[in-house]
Amino acid sequence: MSEPRPVIPVVVWPGSNDDRDAQLALERLGAEAPRIWHTNEELPRETAAVVLPGGFSYGDYLRCGAIARFSPVLRAVEAFAADGGLVLGICNGFQILTEAGLLPGVLRPNASLSFVCRDVPLRVERTDTPFTSRCVEGQALTIPVKHGDGCWFADDALLGELEANGQLMLRYAPGANPNGAVADVAGVLSADGNVFGLMPHPEHAVDSLLGSDDGALILGSLVDAARSSLTAAV
Amino acid sequence: MRATVLVRPKPGILDPQGQAVESSLRHLGFKVSDARIGRLVDVDLATDDKAEALAQLERMCEQLLTNPLIESYEIELEHA
Repeated sequence: MSEPRPVIPVVVWPGSNDDRDAQLALERLGAEAPRIWHTNEELPRETAAVVLPGGFSYGDYLRCGAIARFSPVLRAVEAFAADGGLVLGICNGFQILTEAGLLPGVLRPNASLSFVCRDVPLRVERTDTPFTSRCVEGQALTIPVKHGDGCWFADDALLGELEANGQLMLRYAPGANPNGAVADVAGVLSADGNVFGLMPHPEHAVDSLLGSDDGALILGSLVDAARSSLTAAV
Repeated sequence: MRATVLVRPKPGILDPQGQAVESSLRHLGFKVSDARIGRLVDVDLATDDKAEALAQLERMCEQLLTNPLIESYEIELEHA
């Protein structure tokens, strides 16, 4: 018998452009991944996890993610996360989650002021999370970034707190920070451990034909966790 | 009532745009030691009550116009 396919909706905003890759990657990894429009006030009833994809929601006007965070669907995502639901934000999705206050810190223009688009080496700091369970601790991953505003920032006090809580879960390898993010942070976990945002694009790295399939470790971990939340609920 | 909101990067926040402009000003021969780039938002408010306008503008700044982690704001009210 085949394993149950958890439902992991991918939210679409005007200006999202990685939603189809995210959908394709999640479906290849064993999920049902309907794309849902941002004006939805509710998530599908069977939702086991949510993905906020990359892109340029609302043209990145004002600040990246600042306007998308007021979409009706975000209220549903907030309620879902408050109940412990799994939420993954990729690139613009990460920016939206920080603007909404679901993840700490903020994403600012790259220190170089240039858009960066290349494969970057990463280091997984924790594997006891729903987003990295398929990784081994300290594992080196290669996943592409493509962003102009990926410079994650937190002041020293917040940084110390996040470090102590183990929330700085994904970092650029030493010397490979593409955007000036403090402490080489590439991805941050929420205090409760159920919301994760990252600048690299795992959905673009799920087939070795495209140079790397390391992204499948992250998205596959999410599908595993979503599936087990499904069976736990039955 | 018209108002202007000035949004600035907080002190200590890296401002690469400001740095690029500062360096360009130096190349032009100006003796400058710092340039910071913020944002200006002009708003037309429906109210003519100053206190009400200020209260609304502060809420706008906190909810949308600024990110308090990295930006500060200043409100200027224009008298009709």
